[in-house]
Amino acid sequence: MRIAIAIKQVPERDAQIRIDTTGRWIEVDRIQYALNESDAYALEEALQLKEKYGGEVIVVSAGPERVGVAIREVLAKGADRAIHIICDDIGERDALGVARLLAAAMKPENPDLILTGLQSDDLGSGQTGVIVAELLGLPHASLILQVEKTETGLRVKRELEEGWFQTIELPTPAVLTIQSGGNKLRYATLMGIKRAKTKEVCVLAAAELAVDAAPVVVLEQITLPKKQKSTQILTGTAAEAAAALVKKLKFEVHVL
Amino acid sequence: MSGILVIQEERGQGRNRFSYEALAAGRILAGLTGLSMETAVVGDKNTPILAETSGLPPTTAYAVQHPLLKHYTSDGYALAFEQLIRKLHPAFIVFPHSYQSRDYVPRIATRFGQVLISDITGIETGPTFVRQLFQGKMSGSYRHSSDGPCFISVQAGAFPVDSPQAGTTTILPFEPEIASDAIRTHPSEPILGSSQTVDLGSAQRIVSVGRGIKAAENIPIVQDLATALGAEMAASRPICDNGWMPIARQVGSSGQTVSPKLYLAIGISGAIQHLVGMKGSQCIVAINKDADAPIFEVADYGIVGDLLELVPALTEALRAAGH
Repeated sequence: MRIAIAIKQVPERDAQIRIDTTGRWIEVDRIQYALNESDAYALEEALQLKEKYGGEVIVVSAGPERVGVAIREVLAKGADRAIHIICDDIGERDALGVARLLAAAMKPENPDLILTGLQSDDLGSGQTGVIVAELLGLPHASLILQVEKTETGLRVKRELEEGWFQTIELPTPAVLTIQSGGNKLRYATLMGIKRAKTKEVCVLAAAELAVDAAPVVVLEQITLPKKQKSTQILTGTAAEAAAALVKKLKFEVHVL
Repeated sequence: MSGILVIQEERGQGRNRFSYEALAAGRILAGLTGLSMETAVVGDKNTPILAETSGLPPTTAYAVQHPLLKHYTSDGYALAFEQLIRKLHPAFIVFPHSYQSRDYVPRIATRFGQVLISDITGIETGPTFVRQLFQGKMSGSYRHSSDGPCFISVQAGAFPVDSPQAGTTTILPFEPEIASDAIRTHPSEPILGSSQTVDLGSAQRIVSVGRGIKAAENIPIVQDLATALGAEMAASRPICDNGWMPIARQVGSSGQTVSPKLYLAIGISGAIQHLVGMKGSQCIVAINKDADAPIFEVADYGIVGDLLELVPALTEALRAAGH
């Protein structure tokens, strides 16, 4: 099975993010980046499928040079080779613009299966995988926790809401967007990190893919969210704050 | 380009609130743009949600019917609503943000060269659409900059259900053309997972633990607190994904929805997927090391600091107060 997986590098979860002077993005100078969480689960699924059925895992990512770090991490965990679409204006493109890049880079590889994470931890628009499926004329299933091969294609477990699931059968080639939690994630081994250095990373300029970059939706401004409640912050040492909270819960809220 | 088309979802008895909220968002958009509003749902004219919202604006509702739409598939729904949109030429199409809409709407938007502005929490003049970024740490204002139709989906709970003036609703059938080989995926009936075996919905007090706990070995200090409080234990998704707590105790959009008298969020940052499951709680207390964590936007009381110190201190204080 030839599997292509799209990954995104996003600001690390605990990163202290600040709005930049344009008001349209965050200060990126001191930001630590990490692999998007649901993409890590998509990678794990891809690696397990490869271990079960054989084949190849090709990682594809679009973004500036810094994205190379995330690509090496994925290669170290076991992906076979990578395509890095160098795109310095990735922040100016909308979900369709980014999906066009990914689809154009994946198409010549003729993958049997394309995996993406369910959504990104930064923009969270949650649609790149579905758009890639539409652009490539492929069927898709989203919110997927488990994948198995059948004689005609795939049987997948899809998460619905409030604890409900369903199984979906679909032919390949296909696109799946992977929900977190379906598998236990692996760590890169020392050997894997060493090997990753020699694995092939094909570097493409976004312009070479000749896709439309003009956005149809524009992020005009970012702001701090409005508070929905006024929170009483209790201060002092741990013991003082804890004692103050117990008093509040007992005498103001009457829940104790 | 004419008006605003709101797509409703018939989810079964008492579960159609998402659609009422999408209608409320549609009315806000109608107020801002002066455009008229229509609605559509998959089903025949007797579909319950059409009766539930009958007599309220919008005055025209399309009952979208085809035998191949009996079970939801992204291919079927995308084809059906693509055809309705081509017929009506709406300027805005509004969907509830659900596991269903997020699955098929990006396909339709792509066919129109458009991008779904997903999971919006507000509509302002322009119109600009507000949605959360960075797991709720920031808020972003989006503008549609194209001549084509604008697709938006509405976050659950973000638009209060309103009660507009009553009128009359005309229900019109719409029968899309769908060939059976156009449906490429074959879904099973929904299956209930194990997560309903613990009923957190009726718990009066809940102590819920998130990523800030750092390691499975630290869970017992939260368990001690729950015992002292006489509370049920719960967790956010990453904790269950890691296998540190059973999935049956997961709170949030993919787990249970709870509304206890007291919800104590320990090391939970407050991503929207978690907030939708617990923001109806009467009193929310958050303990988190990050003063900017979105959980503090919904918390009544907060303590900023190291939970490994604070949680045992709180257990101690409760015991000292006779709990």
